[in-house]
Amino acid sequence: MKITICIGSACHLKGSKRVVNRLQELVAENGLSDKAEMNGAFCMKKCGEDGVRVMVDDKIFSVLPENVDEFFKDEILSKMN
Amino acid sequence: MRKFDTKVQYLKYKVLREVARQAFNGTLFDNLLEIPKIIVPTNTPTMRCCVYKERAILAERVKVAIGGDKENPNVIEVISIACDECPVGGFEVTNACRGCLAHRCEDACRFGAISFNENHEAQIDKSKCKECGACAKVCPYTAIVSRKRPCQSACKVKAITMDENRAAKIDNSKCISCGACVYMCPFGAIMDKSYIINVVDMLKKSKERGDFRVYGVVAPAIVSQFSYAKPGQVVAGLKQLGFHAVVEAALGADMVAQAESAELAEKGFLTSSCCPAFVDFIHKNFPDMTENISHNLSPMATIAKFIKSTDDKAKIVFIGPCTAKKMEVQKDTVKPYVDAAMTFEELQALFDSRDLDITSLEEEYLDNASYFGRIFARSGGLADAVEEGIKEQNLDVKLNACVCDGIEACRVALLKKSKNLLDANFIEGMACVGGCIGGAGCLTHGEKNKAEVDKYGREALEKTILGAVSTLGK
Repeated sequence: MKITICIGSACHLKGSKRVVNRLQELVAENGLSDKAEMNGAFCMKKCGEDGVRVMVDDKIFSVLPENVDEFFKDEILSKMN
Repeated sequence: MRKFDTKVQYLKYKVLREVARQAFNGTLFDNLLEIPKIIVPTNTPTMRCCVYKERAILAERVKVAIGGDKENPNVIEVISIACDECPVGGFEVTNACRGCLAHRCEDACRFGAISFNENHEAQIDKSKCKECGACAKVCPYTAIVSRKRPCQSACKVKAITMDENRAAKIDNSKCISCGACVYMCPFGAIMDKSYIINVVDMLKKSKERGDFRVYGVVAPAIVSQFSYAKPGQVVAGLKQLGFHAVVEAALGADMVAQAESAELAEKGFLTSSCCPAFVDFIHKNFPDMTENISHNLSPMATIAKFIKSTDDKAKIVFIGPCTAKKMEVQKDTVKPYVDAAMTFEELQALFDSRDLDITSLEEEYLDNASYFGRIFARSGGLADAVEEGIKEQNLDVKLNACVCDGIEACRVALLKKSKNLLDANFIEGMACVGGCIGGAGCLTHGEKNKAEVDKYGREALEKTILGAVSTLGK
């Protein structure tokens, strides 16, 4: 699985650092480091939308820093099993 | 609204703007020879003796604007016919000449250049004078003075001499491509080669074919530029030109500060590697000290390398205040990461070639780096950032920095170090006075620029280097 988190200016101001750091923690805690390849990107367009842009394989989501755990459970962990 | 410091910059800008306009329209090579006439449309000369000379010089400017002389490896190029051969320059007899009887000056001159008027006052025949200075040395009244050309005074590495036609000539073995002469020549006879047509080509192809994306990496000195608009509007303008994303070179500076503080702890002595003109100066003048140059890539190359690691379809254009960056991007170590370098002057020309009024655009964001990455734009900022890097990483080293701006200050520090007389473990070297905000590729230079940089630094979301770098998942 490929997880790409936007760290461009607009997403950075919306808290992409918190999303990156929390997702990294969750991936490690769940022993997914080998299965989930994490990457950054500098723009995924639609910068005006709420939340940080996160792409899981080819699907793009908007993730709020406070909802990372939920997002991880629904869109990453559940799809691993 | 005043966009430039001088009218020479304005003239250069007009050429760049027209070249860019034609390039965007796909008509550059059809209209190449027409560009001088487009810029000087009437038959009344406004700059030179006649309109034909004006256009001949403009044709040369067009050449430099489309990449210049391919045989010349230097990005700084003399336009010989634009050089005024400064008739006021060189050795001159002042009114201190008393018309003495001794005429030592005449005896000292080996070229027969000295004659005397009816009051017995010396006169120098410029067509015979070779500027050796022998006359000035022997005059008991020091009535003969050397008036240096502006380009030569600006060139602190003494790379400028005269060719056989008395036009300026650059010694590439000494030149560090800092651009000081480009900025100082009152006739605009020295120009930095431009690669804007490569940039336009990239932007067009990226839009038409969509098989790669062009990223703009912007130097933090930008905050002192485009003062008629907001930085967020410059970002919006870049996107309108076709850039996929705009990233702060200052984030690369954060990465460099982190790595360079660790490198200092390991090696005990370093000279900075951010300023390409300073690095080149060491290579050309202090070859024994090259091993002390930090092994880090510059902030520009560091962030470009990172962007390319996230996107295999990325092409990177650096936009900054610097002419020497155009040399740096040609280095084997940097070439894979940065596809072109351009100046703020050139960006202004690109905006206006598309008739883009950036003040009418909605502001976009530019926030990737920390305070410390951003202050790299001014002298002392790099040293402050290395000190912070040491603190944040709890490194076992104490920074004792020698901060040098302007190549003369750099030379003094390097000379002292080479003789073991320097009380410092880190030399921050910036070829331009004031640091990058003093760069030759800036639109304007002003007293408030340093304060602007510091203010911009404080506005960054990230307050620490670690904070900015951890966004990268590192």
